[in-house]
Amino acid sequence: MTTAQAPAGAGLAGLDPAALRPDFAILSRTVRDGRPLVYLDSGATSQRPRQVLDAERDFLEQHNSAVHRGAHQLAEEATDAYESARARIATFVGADPDELVFVKNATEGINLVAYAMSNSSIRTGLGPESERFALGPGDEIVVTELEHHANLVPWQELCRRTGATLRWYSVTDEGRIDLDSLELSERTKVVAFAHQSNVLGSVAPVEELVARARAVGALVVLDACQSVPHLPVDLRALDVDFAVFSGHKMLGPSGVGVLYGRTELLAAMPPFLTGGSMIELVRLEGSTYAPPPQRFEAGVPMTSQAVGLGAAVDYLTAIGMQNVHAHEMELTRVALDTLREVPGVRIIGPDSLEARGGTVAFVVDGVHAHDVGQVLDDRGIAVRVGHHCAWPLHRRFGVAATVRASFHVYTTVDEVAQLADGVRAARDFFGVS
Amino acid sequence: MQLEQMYQEIILDHYRSPHGSGLKDPYDAESQQINPTCGDEIVLRVKLDDAGEKVLDVSHETLGCSISQASASVLTDLVVGQTVEESMKVLAAFQEMAQGRGKVEPDEDVLGDAVAFAGVAKYPARVKCALLGWMAFKDAVVRVQDGKVEA
Repeated sequence: MTTAQAPAGAGLAGLDPAALRPDFAILSRTVRDGRPLVYLDSGATSQRPRQVLDAERDFLEQHNSAVHRGAHQLAEEATDAYESARARIATFVGADPDELVFVKNATEGINLVAYAMSNSSIRTGLGPESERFALGPGDEIVVTELEHHANLVPWQELCRRTGATLRWYSVTDEGRIDLDSLELSERTKVVAFAHQSNVLGSVAPVEELVARARAVGALVVLDACQSVPHLPVDLRALDVDFAVFSGHKMLGPSGVGVLYGRTELLAAMPPFLTGGSMIELVRLEGSTYAPPPQRFEAGVPMTSQAVGLGAAVDYLTAIGMQNVHAHEMELTRVALDTLREVPGVRIIGPDSLEARGGTVAFVVDGVHAHDVGQVLDDRGIAVRVGHHCAWPLHRRFGVAATVRASFHVYTTVDEVAQLADGVRAARDFFGVS
Repeated sequence: MQLEQMYQEIILDHYRSPHGSGLKDPYDAESQQINPTCGDEIVLRVKLDDAGEKVLDVSHETLGCSISQASASVLTDLVVGQTVEESMKVLAAFQEMAQGRGKVEPDEDVLGDAVAFAGVAKYPARVKCALLGWMAFKDAVVRVQDGKVEA
């Protein structure tokens, strides 16, 4: 088993993106007629360092086998690699390994919880322990107006199937969850919200939301997709019941994500996908199920991806998440300061560094986000344009689409400074200067 | 700079002063089309003659980027006054060009100003923008024809 090589740009003195960049081969390519790539779309998907690619390749060339079955040497090594990745990822987010379920991505993780609740709500053939996940007419699921569709649509569907009602906290003009906009009730069974908005960058007041949910006995589901890759996150300290995040947003592979669930909750929760691997005893008349996390990992799981995510977590740990966050806040400061200087630019979300992460969304008066994105692309700058899977949030701000710049460890101050120049060029091109 | 290939002057002109913009009465059918990747939206109305064979008028309200607005504007110029059959030929030619990845040689006799959108075909992410108005037009015409059959 190869040990992941520590990145060169890591250290107590902070983070040096220039020293890390050689690990990311893709960053040295050119786009659109030879322009250097300026990748400001890490919120959609991050790039992977060679340490992650090497870990995947090493697994496939040396240890590849189906995990949790077979008694041969490769099966043992593959299972060890898979479970070792789980353990390191668990440490990374302050959880126990058995509290982490490997899923395809965060979307699948949220659906897993929603469908387990759906299965509990049918109330036939399950044990009494599943009753706490059951929903019916009159019960409430609470989300916020800023959610990514992944943390909204599965709850809408769960409401449709169970007769429960969906309610939401609205969002303030500054892009914060408006805690005064909704009172939870004794019928609130789930409170689901994003730790950090994938559009606005605003970080939710987790402690307050958890306290309110606890006061009415509701389960808390945290969408940690935009926090775990960028901030130090201790899920147990946050005291949430469930959390999800995706590998590809944290320098890891696509096709692997994580559902975290508190031990006693996972132990009581019925399965979502069923089949091989997740069973305890199978008879033709019926089956019993393995304890978590296996209960929620039906079929042969993704393996090289899980191993790759383990390597990504090693890479981030070596850099230090405090350093990652500090670096991204510096980039955000530069982005806000330079964009503010461009006439006609309106920041959507907090125009300060308080309770905020490294995602900056904006609109440009008189130039549609698509057109801004096209001009930026012509200069080699990759940003996201559109509603970023948060359509209700865009409606809230009265815009169809925004431009979003997002960062990671390899993003440089110089790259971020190019953004404002590109926006100026877009205004010139479309004649709104 | 490749930008001018996509945003040809004709496109920018139509974007700045779009034809057919603003919904008009009377009309026979209306179609709303949405681009789910960006949230852009068009509502387009058509008015045909009594026989349902000729396009008398097209009007639209487009909330979208320069490409989608200019495309709806060019569409208005190209199909108003044409027979439905001719307009569908223009639509087919436009769609073929837009989805041709830049490899389809557009026929200026059929497409007129719309040949300016040939550059858009090289940017797959923008093809939907260019087609939004045309899909609304097609849908609205089908609605008129279906309505006439039912009547």
